[in-house]
Amino acid sequence: MSEPLRGVIVSHAAVAQALVAAVAAITGVRDALVPVSNDGCDTGALSERLTQAIDDKPAVLFVDLPGGSCLTSSVRLARGRADVAVVTGVNLAMLLDFVFHRDIPPADAARRAVEAGSRAIRTPAA
Amino acid sequence: MSIALYRLDDRLIHGQVVVGWGKPLNVGFIVLVDDAVRASAWEQELYRMGVPPEIEVVFASTEEALERLPAWERDPRVGILVAGDIATLAALTANSHRVGRVNVGGLHHRPGRSERLRYVYLTDAEAAQLKTLAARGVEVTAQDVPTAAPVPLEDFT
Repeated sequence: MSEPLRGVIVSHAAVAQALVAAVAAITGVRDALVPVSNDGCDTGALSERLTQAIDDKPAVLFVDLPGGSCLTSSVRLARGRADVAVVTGVNLAMLLDFVFHRDIPPADAARRAVEAGSRAIRTPAA
Repeated sequence: MSIALYRLDDRLIHGQVVVGWGKPLNVGFIVLVDDAVRASAWEQELYRMGVPPEIEVVFASTEEALERLPAWERDPRVGILVAGDIATLAALTANSHRVGRVNVGGLHHRPGRSERLRYVYLTDAEAAQLKTLAARGVEVTAQDVPTAAPVPLEDFT
């Protein structure tokens, strides 16, 4: 990969912005993630926001829910493209892993994100 | 009647529909009336992804919806019918007295539309279409989620 992957977080309301801020606060990495909110968007407007955020670069789209407008717009945009992959159920743990592993193909980064995110979901003994 | 909500929403099936309305209404089926989605198995799969398996999703063209509306109304389960534009819902009300209420849940910004509510943008022509619906005896209100107060048509057109 000549250029590190870009992560685009696609969410309802301000979840994406909050996750970007949290990743920056924890890691100091500020150039890996771009937030996109679906606030005020129909599907066309959200697609435009996503296109701008990706900026023709290889990217992984981290979507908040496994359904709904954020997902449908993301999957439509990624359809048939090898340089864009989609992951649903974004969480902080997968993003913390992603920002340090951006020199792999988008599909591999997406699989890695699913594993990292899933490992973080637990019920610790109290 | 078993269709509890006739909703105008350009995001079609999404969180507000499935969770926001679907949970309190305890819906058993959602009808998505959209000619383009009806013609695309891939688009249908995309919308199905956001719906839990216990809720049936029915995809219909406008023409199919006109034909099947009486059966959906007889369905013992509670249903939500969603369309993405005013013309589609208007077509469903044209030959039927079944659609007594329309919920404007989300029509977002596009060129030519102006903001009427935070989640409702309309052109003047669209506002007139809604008024025509109301003139036919359909109660038209805007309400994105059930916990919000419904806004009467005259307050946003």
